[in-house]
Amino acid sequence: MTRIKTTLGRRAFIKNTSLAGGGLVLGFSWLNACKPEQAKTMAVLEMPEEWFEINAYLKIGDNGLATIFSPNPEFGQNVITSMPMIVAEELGIAWEKVLVEQAPFHVENYGRQFTGGSQGIRRAWEGLRMAGASARHMLRQAAANAWAVSMDEITTQGGMLHHAGSGKSAHYGEMAAAAAQLEVPEEIELKTPADFNIIGHSKKNVRGHDIVTGKPIFGVDYTREGMLIAMPVFPPAFGMTFKSMDAEAVKAMPGIRDVFTIETLEPDYQRSMFDTTTFEQPIIIVGETTWAVMQAKKALHAQWEPFEARTHTVAGWGGAQEVTIPAGLENTRTHREQMEAMDAKPGKVARKDGDPETAFKNAAKVVERTYSCPFLAHNCMEPMNFFAHVTEEKAELAGPLQAPEFIENTLAARLGMPKENIDIHMTRMGGGFGRRAYSTHAVEAALVSRKMNAPVRLMYSREDDMGFGIYRPSYFARFKAALDADNNLVGYTVKAGGIPESPLFANRFPAGAVDHYLAEEWDIPSNITIGAFRAPRSNFMAGAEQSFLDEVAETAGKDPIAFRLELLEKAKTQPVGETNDYDPERYAGVLELVREKSGWDTLQNKGNRGVSAYFCHNSYAAHVLELSMENGKPRVEKVTCALDCGIVINPDAAVNMAEGAIVDGVGNTMFGEMTFTDGRPDKRNFDTYRMIRMTEAPRDIQVHFVQNEIAPTGLGEPPFPPIFGAFANALYKATGQRQYHQPFVTERPLKT
Amino acid sequence: MAQFTLNINGSSHTVEADPSTPLLWVLRDHLNLVGTKYGCGIAQCGSCTVHLGDVATRSCMLPVASVGNQEVTTIEGLSEAGDHPVQEAWLEEDVPQCGYCQAGQIMTAAALLKQNPNPSDAEIEMAMNGNICRCGTYVRIKKAIRRAADANA
Repeated sequence: MTRIKTTLGRRAFIKNTSLAGGGLVLGFSWLNACKPEQAKTMAVLEMPEEWFEINAYLKIGDNGLATIFSPNPEFGQNVITSMPMIVAEELGIAWEKVLVEQAPFHVENYGRQFTGGSQGIRRAWEGLRMAGASARHMLRQAAANAWAVSMDEITTQGGMLHHAGSGKSAHYGEMAAAAAQLEVPEEIELKTPADFNIIGHSKKNVRGHDIVTGKPIFGVDYTREGMLIAMPVFPPAFGMTFKSMDAEAVKAMPGIRDVFTIETLEPDYQRSMFDTTTFEQPIIIVGETTWAVMQAKKALHAQWEPFEARTHTVAGWGGAQEVTIPAGLENTRTHREQMEAMDAKPGKVARKDGDPETAFKNAAKVVERTYSCPFLAHNCMEPMNFFAHVTEEKAELAGPLQAPEFIENTLAARLGMPKENIDIHMTRMGGGFGRRAYSTHAVEAALVSRKMNAPVRLMYSREDDMGFGIYRPSYFARFKAALDADNNLVGYTVKAGGIPESPLFANRFPAGAVDHYLAEEWDIPSNITIGAFRAPRSNFMAGAEQSFLDEVAETAGKDPIAFRLELLEKAKTQPVGETNDYDPERYAGVLELVREKSGWDTLQNKGNRGVSAYFCHNSYAAHVLELSMENGKPRVEKVTCALDCGIVINPDAAVNMAEGAIVDGVGNTMFGEMTFTDGRPDKRNFDTYRMIRMTEAPRDIQVHFVQNEIAPTGLGEPPFPPIFGAFANALYKATGQRQYHQPFVTERPLKT
Repeated sequence: MAQFTLNINGSSHTVEADPSTPLLWVLRDHLNLVGTKYGCGIAQCGSCTVHLGDVATRSCMLPVASVGNQEVTTIEGLSEAGDHPVQEAWLEEDVPQCGYCQAGQIMTAAALLKQNPNPSDAEIEMAMNGNICRCGTYVRIKKAIRRAADANA
């Protein structure tokens, strides 16, 4: 047991009546769906007559049930199950007695309510444990007071309080009213991992039953009496803006209420880094049904014109910055030429160790390769949408978003309304992948609602969502490796850049393992909007670097796992530099585990397999991928994955997340690509944008975790970046050809 | 605008709609049966899959005028208590991540098993190939279909 000070914000412990059901209530079933047969039992469980709020994270019913509030938005990572599991563990209640609800957006109570950066569990870990442990403490104190015994003699198990000396017992509900009146303890005891009986034991997704029965749990399902449907009409190309339109004919169409333009962000507004909007002056069509508005979108005649370069002020981590969006209609072909031109020049030096110039001059062998990747669209299955009802006094918003905090100030400024009057309700998201960290469509919805004086759901069509996205940038990187006569890696340089940002991480592996090292970067401004996409920048660099190291190992005549382990051993025992941002021992740990579990050394048929490992978002991932060729196309037979993310909260859900990251990675390696012609996105729907489908998904995925008691780190992103490298390396074994430029698979069969 | 009487999930519904309106939007906007999802609008992703009779059908490109008196089943009507073997298998395998495409996946899988109670892996893959899961739950979807087929055997 660990004793710690309770450092949760005091507000988290002040009884917050809004939790009892104020604000916007969506039609969520809050039944904890366990196994189906258990769900049926649960359905007949009586709801308590009264709930007692112990703190912002939980309330206990008079019959001993607990409701636990999951603070973070849910987009499929299943924190809605794993976060309450952490609270329940320390509360000492049986999981079957727990109901789960999405917490309201209230950062004073919950701190960081942002789904992104794989930081959810890591950053909430201590707070969630404190919430459960302090409640358990208060329940024990209440029982001690009631039975006139010392609190130290009160034990708990499965939501029951026991006093061995007197033989007295009570369930939590019996002490909840008294516990809710107690002072919050200054110091509490946390369980030791060995005593965990919920954490580390797989629990089914608490929303599983709602999902498989089609319950209205997504933003796009939200409806309100008198609600209108609004859809945007965007310019046909990046680099263009609104000029004029013939709205009258469309306004006369059946079911159409109005057609107008809005200004999503005012020109002088100092933006946050997440106020990214693709087009700032969209046309909006408002009508009674989605189909009526979709028809009107097709019928509308609008004129657009190229815009002039424009400058905004953006508040960044380093203070406010002027950001210029260049004019012009951009092309993928010219992007390529621009990147090659930048690559030919020296970049901005981000890190230099030793004397790389001399190391390369004296090298016995030099390997030099370039890699690139295209823009990617997020393609969340639920297109961008938001509900808004804005009146003179207040604004109610509901919808799928990863970070209500990122848009709250913008909404307040744009509506001229204090934040207290703006209620943002987080619905379940039909995917996020970084796209929903940017929610200017919520501002669009609010402006439309205010203008129409009605509740509105603003919706993007698939074409709007895909064609006018906030994309993963296009990147390019050049790597060089110098080997000495004994095939030791003595020099290594990386020069990377992109449109419009550099993907470089100067302090990542193999930095720290090579005596002579140079990292440079560059960037090219663009008016194509970009943003976070599952493991930003890592999602390119990992694949490029891990493909390159495979080729270096081959040139050195070394086994690719042994070669990496040799470098990690050097980083551990004789590290170069002091800013290396990885732990070589944990990095080596996942490689050793994947070597063992994949049978790397023992398999008779070594087949077409590739290995890759990467560290990002505080966690370590390694894959061995095996593929076969079928009709000139690769099919992944098996992926063996080893992960080190510290303590695993919900193992089966964690496996699911890793499987998803692997499939996503295989899909984007093979097919993912957005291109532009004169500013126009060339792909607008799934007929042209190739997504991985079941006939292309890996046939088998086996996920293994390093067992340790390190505080948990993230999992949504780390397994994703290295899969690109594992695929490339296996594909080389199958075809004899190295692939350097994603995507690797086109409609043409690959030569084998 | 025209009036249509539709047979959905075993009961009769009368709606006023433009005859070109896809069944998807009649379900979602007119009848508030929102379990059926919009994903692409061009029958490429499968999120909008319903049953027309026993056949898995993309509702996003099916004009309401062409439905006639065929029986329509949506995810809400697949079973009364959410205990269709496919739904139960989905829970046992804990398939969903975000969950948005899963109603369409389940409807396609249920229609497959009705036609072919014991499909091979290749037959499962072919039948499910029109349903995109952006979260990448394909491995679990396949396991859940296998489980549901075995439960029926």
